[in-house]
Amino acid sequence: MAWTREDMARRAAQELRDGFYVNLGIGIPTLVANFIPEGISVTLQSENGMLGMGPFPTEDEIDPDLINAGKQTITELDSTSYFSSADSFGMIRGGHIALSILGAMQVAENGDLANWMIPGKMVKGMGGAMDLVAGVKKVVVIMDHNARDGSAKFLSECTLPLTGVGVVDMIISDVGVFTIDDNGATLTELAQGVTVDEARQRTEANFNVAEGLS
Amino acid sequence: MKKPYPEATSALEGVLFDGMTIMAGGFGLCGIPENLITALRDSGIQNITAISNNAGIDDFGLGLLLQTRQIKKMVSSYVGENKEFERQYLAKELELEFNPQGTLAERIRAGGAGIPGFYTKTGVGTLIAEGKEHKDFNGETYILETGLIADVSLVKAWKGDKEGNLIFRKTARNFNPMMATAGRITIAEVEELVEIGELDPDQIHTPGIFVQRIIQSKDLEKRIEHRTTRKQGE
Repeated sequence: MAWTREDMARRAAQELRDGFYVNLGIGIPTLVANFIPEGISVTLQSENGMLGMGPFPTEDEIDPDLINAGKQTITELDSTSYFSSADSFGMIRGGHIALSILGAMQVAENGDLANWMIPGKMVKGMGGAMDLVAGVKKVVVIMDHNARDGSAKFLSECTLPLTGVGVVDMIISDVGVFTIDDNGATLTELAQGVTVDEARQRTEANFNVAEGLS
Repeated sequence: MKKPYPEATSALEGVLFDGMTIMAGGFGLCGIPENLITALRDSGIQNITAISNNAGIDDFGLGLLLQTRQIKKMVSSYVGENKEFERQYLAKELELEFNPQGTLAERIRAGGAGIPGFYTKTGVGTLIAEGKEHKDFNGETYILETGLIADVSLVKAWKGDKEGNLIFRKTARNFNPMMATAGRITIAEVEELVEIGELDPDQIHTPGIFVQRIIQSKDLEKRIEHRTTRKQGE
């Protein structure tokens, strides 16, 4: 069985370290907050201007002045701080955020990321994605390994307009985990029941296979 | 010069003209100047260039000015939630300039601080970088982005005093403080307009020098885009 969305989120949570300031994207990355390992304290940043995001509110706690970057109602913690969008992206661009976990339409073997635009379709905008991938120290992508039509999303080169060049450090997909560094891409873990052959079949990018995987 | 005005319509008097550039604060529908947007729509001015992170939704926020086709161009980072916007854009009735959100925030901050341009690594190697000056610093490539100013900035705060000092609340702060600095004229609407001396000077987010006119909001709706909750005890 390949990994489910929850499995991917759980695996991504293993990249968290005690004391990290982290920005989680919309969609599967948001689920990572549910799997923060015990004994580890991380602070979630929301790029609309908040550090220390709490859980969703109860019906009584809903506050229209308190939303996350996905425009969902949210709560604060005792440690929370609020700030302007300029300060928020100062944190992001200035390298003060340790880890960003986000989704992708395509990733290339050199770490190029495309996740904001499909030519010919209505473009909603990049939001904060370009700033995040340019400024955050480590960028982890969680994505379905293939598009709905089965085509590869992990490619030798992206065909869609880029969000950032050489910015992705790790991909977590239903197939497993790939790391990307100066030596190129490497398959480092396989999801249960997935073989290296299957990973190759479903991938267009060139990648190495870590020792011990077969 | 007295800064307080009785309501939004009078606060906009004498500062609006066709073809003007307007900044409007808010992230999604959070922290938007509701009264001032409605009054701007009712003014009937045309060909507005609107600088705002988002474009509202079909029937609220800046979406109201899209319905009436008063906006010629949007400068935004994300416009996902607005069908009328999409229709006008695809029909080429509306110009759109996408900025990465942090670049947009910094362009506004820079504009208000008298900085005409700055270098950023955001967007290097993407469509955003095309036609922009590139420069290397310490072995890394950056692009030149320009500061933004507006003829009028419309901002929303929680509390304000008659001197124009502003305090924002929670994530309703977002783009409002920078936009207050980047308007040739800045008009603020606040939920609570108080006498001078009632705000703690140490707690003020936007000093009154950046605010020329101020009103007390009336009948705020404070609509929520995505009402997400957990059950009690979860």
